[in-house]
Amino acid sequence: MLRSAMKATVIVSLKPTVLDPQGMTIHRSLASLGLTNISDVRQGKIFDVSIKDGASRQEVERLAKEVLTNPVIEEYRIIWE
Amino acid sequence: MKFGVVIFPGSNCEHDCYYVVESVIGQPVEFIWHQDTSVKGFDAVILPGGFAYGDYLRTGALAKFSPVMKAIGDFAKQGGLVFGICNGFQILAEAGLLPGALLRNVGLKYVCKFLHLRTETTDTPYSNILKKNQLLRIPVGHGDGNYFADPETLKRIEDNGQVVFRYATASGEITPEANPNGSLHNIAGIVNEQRNVLGMMPHPDRSSESLLGSADGKLIFESMVNALVRAG
Repeated sequence: MLRSAMKATVIVSLKPTVLDPQGMTIHRSLASLGLTNISDVRQGKIFDVSIKDGASRQEVERLAKEVLTNPVIEEYRIIWE
Repeated sequence: MKFGVVIFPGSNCEHDCYYVVESVIGQPVEFIWHQDTSVKGFDAVILPGGFAYGDYLRTGALAKFSPVMKAIGDFAKQGGLVFGICNGFQILAEAGLLPGALLRNVGLKYVCKFLHLRTETTDTPYSNILKKNQLLRIPVGHGDGNYFADPETLKRIEDNGQVVFRYATASGEITPEANPNGSLHNIAGIVNEQRNVLGMMPHPDRSSESLLGSADGKLIFESMVNALVRAG
């Protein structure tokens, strides 16, 4: 079977215990739009990653853990396509 | 005695630091390129302010992968003086040479102004000629200076006396109003457990001559000289 290049999405977000000034500011501005049911907004980052055919998923794990995330303040999850 | 000032792509305060060391405190100084793999021959290394690697990803996040950072990590382990100012502090925190992290300022504003720092400990190579509670007038200029650490880490650095400077009012009080960025416990500068690595958001390099509005920053550089002379 022909394998196509693998893709992954890495989502990085601030830990729930870490203050998110950007998310708070976005949330505060919603009142003027009348979006009164949105109780919280947290801002994060998304990285679209392509991996060479047949390569180990471990490299994406390392990328997410060692580069894209600062473990002091952030956490990540990976969605494989 | 030789000082080094590291240049990352995007550093922009390296000449300020170089000038203060060479012309204000009169010590030998050389630039260190971020691709260098050794800091041999240096007694103190300064990581200057700026926007290393454009602050892409997170402030300091990509700078920590520069070859020179491995050498600086080893240098720090051996007790060498490593001083990060502003972006330099962010890089040291990202590299794990200092505890905690610098978040976006509360209020999201880039804050650029003179403010007061209260000296919390004189037991560091960076504050040994200061007096406890001495106030320094030093400017900040940053968008990501909001010091954060988890509660355990925060307790540990407080218990160990690793907080060197706090944002204070002109009369030396530690209040929320004196805090420009939301930093926990008004923290403006900390040392590592070994006390040889200092990171601070305010810029002593921009306040080492009275012509610039304050010469208080010079006291930090002079403390370093004092520490190096004492160490022989």
